[in-house]
Amino acid sequence: MSKRTIQLEVLRYRPEQDKEPFFQTYTVPCEEEWVVLDALNYVKDEIDRTLSFRWSCHMFVCGSCGYKIDGEPKLGCKAFLRDYGDNIRVEPLDNFPIERDLVVVIDDFVEKLQSVKPYIIAKEEKALAAGEYIQTPAQLKAFKQYSMCINCLLCYSACPQYGLTNQEFIGPAALALAHRYNMDSRDVGRSAREHVLAAHEGVWECSFVGACSVVCPKDVDPAGAIQQAKFTSAVDYLTSMVGIGGK
Amino acid sequence: MARSAKAVPWFLFAAGGTITAFVLPVMLFVTNLAPPVGLFSEAMSWETMYGFVGNWLVKLVLLGIIGFGLWHAAHRLRVCAHDFGIRADTVVAYIVYGVAGLATLATIWALLMI
Repeated sequence: MSKRTIQLEVLRYRPEQDKEPFFQTYTVPCEEEWVVLDALNYVKDEIDRTLSFRWSCHMFVCGSCGYKIDGEPKLGCKAFLRDYGDNIRVEPLDNFPIERDLVVVIDDFVEKLQSVKPYIIAKEEKALAAGEYIQTPAQLKAFKQYSMCINCLLCYSACPQYGLTNQEFIGPAALALAHRYNMDSRDVGRSAREHVLAAHEGVWECSFVGACSVVCPKDVDPAGAIQQAKFTSAVDYLTSMVGIGGK
Repeated sequence: MARSAKAVPWFLFAAGGTITAFVLPVMLFVTNLAPPVGLFSEAMSWETMYGFVGNWLVKLVLLGIIGFGLWHAAHRLRVCAHDFGIRADTVVAYIVYGVAGLATLATIWALLMI
């Protein structure tokens, strides 16, 4: 394993002592195979114990270590040092208030996620003894891609609409998850989600910039999900206008 | 949350996007680029085209291409204005859809005159 030294520029902000955020540079001796999260952990363990950042699994499953790395929203555990120069800038995700250093306040997202009821609403609850819900491979394929979301919020950081609307837009991950449950053959909850999806702050605030799908570390393609949801919402709107149904 | 009426212009936008993506490049080539270099010059002559466009089915197809194209452009401009940070969405919507509506009426009038 080859050694390498990098300059890690980290945005610091400790509300009890800093008036405003500032960059602090750490000189970090690294292994070439490291990811940015490894370098942050080196700083925490060996240089500066006051540095705060979220992380957990180190294998892009938990979605905790989303930061802006050299200006782009990335997972710290998926950003390999070999893809960067010797100066790497790490900042908290855009569009969220900073709680401390790289930790952001995600309450707004959690509220939005709950508003779309991201769980299966079955027609009738079956007893365990009644056995499993049967689904064909085609029915699974209709939503599986959208179920890969790990709520890492990189899409919210990349989404210009979420920032432009002062966080009023429901946003990529929550809308993609709403669509994921709407597309699930076991679910009958579309009408319960429609008032959020079909609202101006729902799918219609999306102008299909597509940045969410570009930065998504799990290839969920939230932009694609939102366009599909636009179509079903538009059909709902027209059918309910002429009084032949609609959700 | 109130249901958004954006569904209606979005349908026109989506239809217009599909039509313009597939048909407009060919239309531009056949009507604007090919004749000056000597291609289809006979077919594109005034008399032939006037007779061709006189057919009701052709009029309908032309109205579809031009009309949906206009509504696609209008909605795209509305979204662009939004992306550029212009937050007067209602004003922008009235202007762009107004222009698209008037131009659609003008197209109908022009086609009826043939």
